[in-house]
Amino acid sequence: MNDPMRTGPLLTMTGMTKQYPGCLANDHVSLTVERNQIHALLGENGAGKSTLVKTIYGVVKPDAGEIIWQGQKVAIQNPGHAQRLGVGMVFQHFSLFEALTVTENIALGLGSARERIGLRERIVRISNEYGLPLDPDRVVHDLSVGERQRIEIVRCLLQNPKLLIMDEPTSVLTPSEVKKLFVTLRRLAAEGCSILYISHKLEEVRALCSAATIMRFGKNVGECAPAEKTVKELAEIMINMTLHAPTPRPLTASSKPPRLVLDKLTIRSPHHFGTDLKAISLSLAGGEILGIAGIAGNGQSELMDALSGEVPAGKPESIMIDGVAAGHMGPHERRGIHGCFVPEERNGHGAVTAMTLAENAFLSGFTRQALVRFGIINTRKTAAFAEHIIRSFDVRTTGPKAEARSLSGGNLQKFLVGREVLQDPAVLVINQPTWGVDAGAALAIHEAIMALAEAGAAVMIISQDLDEIFVLADRIAVIAGGRVSAPVLKREATVESIGRLMGGTAAAEAPGEMALAE
Amino acid sequence: MTALLVAFLVSTIAAATPLLLAATGELVVEKVGVLNLGVEGMMLAGAIAAFATANETGVTSLGVVAALVAGIALALLFAVVSLTLQANQTATGLALTIFGRGFSALVGAGYVGIPAPTLPKIHIPLLSDIPVLGPVVFGHDILVYLSLAILAVVAWCIRSTHLGLILRAVGDSHDAAHALGYPVVPIRYAAVAFGGALAGLAGAYMSLAYTPLWAQDMTAGRGWVAVALVTFSAWRPFWLLIGAWFFGALMYLSLYVQALGVAVPSALLSALPYIGTVIVLVLISRDARRIRLHRPAMLGRPFQSRA
Repeated sequence: MNDPMRTGPLLTMTGMTKQYPGCLANDHVSLTVERNQIHALLGENGAGKSTLVKTIYGVVKPDAGEIIWQGQKVAIQNPGHAQRLGVGMVFQHFSLFEALTVTENIALGLGSARERIGLRERIVRISNEYGLPLDPDRVVHDLSVGERQRIEIVRCLLQNPKLLIMDEPTSVLTPSEVKKLFVTLRRLAAEGCSILYISHKLEEVRALCSAATIMRFGKNVGECAPAEKTVKELAEIMINMTLHAPTPRPLTASSKPPRLVLDKLTIRSPHHFGTDLKAISLSLAGGEILGIAGIAGNGQSELMDALSGEVPAGKPESIMIDGVAAGHMGPHERRGIHGCFVPEERNGHGAVTAMTLAENAFLSGFTRQALVRFGIINTRKTAAFAEHIIRSFDVRTTGPKAEARSLSGGNLQKFLVGREVLQDPAVLVINQPTWGVDAGAALAIHEAIMALAEAGAAVMIISQDLDEIFVLADRIAVIAGGRVSAPVLKREATVESIGRLMGGTAAAEAPGEMALAE
Repeated sequence: MTALLVAFLVSTIAAATPLLLAATGELVVEKVGVLNLGVEGMMLAGAIAAFATANETGVTSLGVVAALVAGIALALLFAVVSLTLQANQTATGLALTIFGRGFSALVGAGYVGIPAPTLPKIHIPLLSDIPVLGPVVFGHDILVYLSLAILAVVAWCIRSTHLGLILRAVGDSHDAAHALGYPVVPIRYAAVAFGGALAGLAGAYMSLAYTPLWAQDMTAGRGWVAVALVTFSAWRPFWLLIGAWFFGALMYLSLYVQALGVAVPSALLSALPYIGTVIVLVLISRDARRIRLHRPAMLGRPFQSRA
């Protein structure tokens, strides 16, 4: 006799369908997760992965489809129901309460008063057991992204889940943190908790997952054992086209005159929890791409703000663009001397989401594209500029009149990168060029960046994605604790050596973490 | 001298009570992320409801109940418009204040100048007869003690109970709270109704105890001071109490100075408690980190669940 509660697949979904206004997010999708399995869910942005896992977690109600959980047909009503069944989920954008402590955050996720007894001790025990160091009394506001993720994982583990869903868990972690996370996940799988793992990082999926379900445009397009495929093959199934890896760039000799020079750039962060920039000195020649690696929260956004002019530097000479002292200038003036910038946050920072693409193109491009005459906007020229960006960068949208928020993350990012690249900058600084962007769009953005450097611009890439930095950069520097290390040539750098620089200073700056790590 | 001190302390506590009640209610409302600027209107509605009911029935306790009902009714009106229909909270709150003022003036037109039964002062044999301490600590009416008790319970509840944790969570991130399965909108309804009840109670105190008669706009902006108290105390109950008492003290001082006949324009003296309280609270709550830690991040933001 087979007891389906103990044998057979943990979760089987068939015919899952969910229609959103104007978009069929899931179209008869199937998914089977076995016991003790680490199962990957792959697909581009907008392929319907998030909708599918939200259905499992009870956040989204499907229009049709059947869910079999441990041999029983279930209709998952809400997240509480999912948790009682044994489903835990770690979100990509953490659902944490900033003003509350670690313990308070976790207590909120637990149903009954009985579960909350001795919670603090259990948090300490579980976090030690699984190598997820956490100080239960610290306020979330003060914690790093990696620590925040640990809270979510510990919160799930406290409920003894049978299935743990992880949405892009490693995008915010250092290489060594990723390794530790994998150890934890493998151990969980061995102990009987299956894991559904959503990631863009195919290399990681190959290393970690024993099975994969691939989705495209809301449909299943394949099942495979990831280890048996190459990264290229997996990516091609995902986006249904043949990928040409960008040709490695010939290393440019740095004999050309520098176009962007930072001289002991020092800025106190205006934000209470920000990182101060400490005497950053760098020099970028035309035609060169410099990659700045680092873990989130080590001064990347402050560096970006300082370069773009959102936070002017005290001394004008600390930032030189094409030999002009620009430290005191605002973003608009810096654009005037051929500096262009793409900030990290697309929504509300890079783009005004409620405005049209044409209007967004205008906001950054009006000087360099001469879109204003006597204070009046040249709408035809503005629309043509937006149209030009849309066509050159293959932005999938209805046209320049579409609102920025109607675009998917990848398409909006292509538009924003295109908006700056097409202004023919002398210096381009991009923070997180392909964060949360699908493989096809990322490739397009990478190619545009390389072409721009080829044309003689100095490009700085600030990214937490080491793979991306190794693909693009000629030289690599690391930002940690507001200091930037001396750039090294790519051929002299390894992932390990860069990873050490990323982690070393950061760990020394986080006393709480050190104390717990013992 | 002793008599003067007793008068000062007694009237400080009395003047602070309506502020304390209304501000405690608004504190709870804002803790869950809702900004209700209708406190003044709800106070006026409570004041006239209490006065009219007590006047018609002769029973002050029925007046207090009527004030509670009136406050809750207006608060629920606000909740329906701003939480269910998702209208802008600031505009809705302002409209509520305008509505409460007009409505109370309409209902109260026939009650102007009529004396009403007054909420009795509690008299505890022996204790109330202790010099100084007796009248200051044991000589008030029930609402004074109730206001302090409610503040203490609210403070404890917010800091140390699971209910308080849920309230703070909803105010800090309604999306996260929703994702964890907490019913955001019903929780906010309950908090708004609680705030309305306390504002109504504050109004009842005004018309049945503090100045036991009805006059149009008799709350004289105390509802607004209550809202300001919540913000400038950085959402901390203890500082709410300090701010309310400070306001009460300045209120007495300005009247006292006026009575002495000092040559200061009376309008300036009347404004002193309002201005002074705000200045002092601004000075004591300048710590940006503390404000960020206590400020409900969702304050004034509408919540829409996406299914």
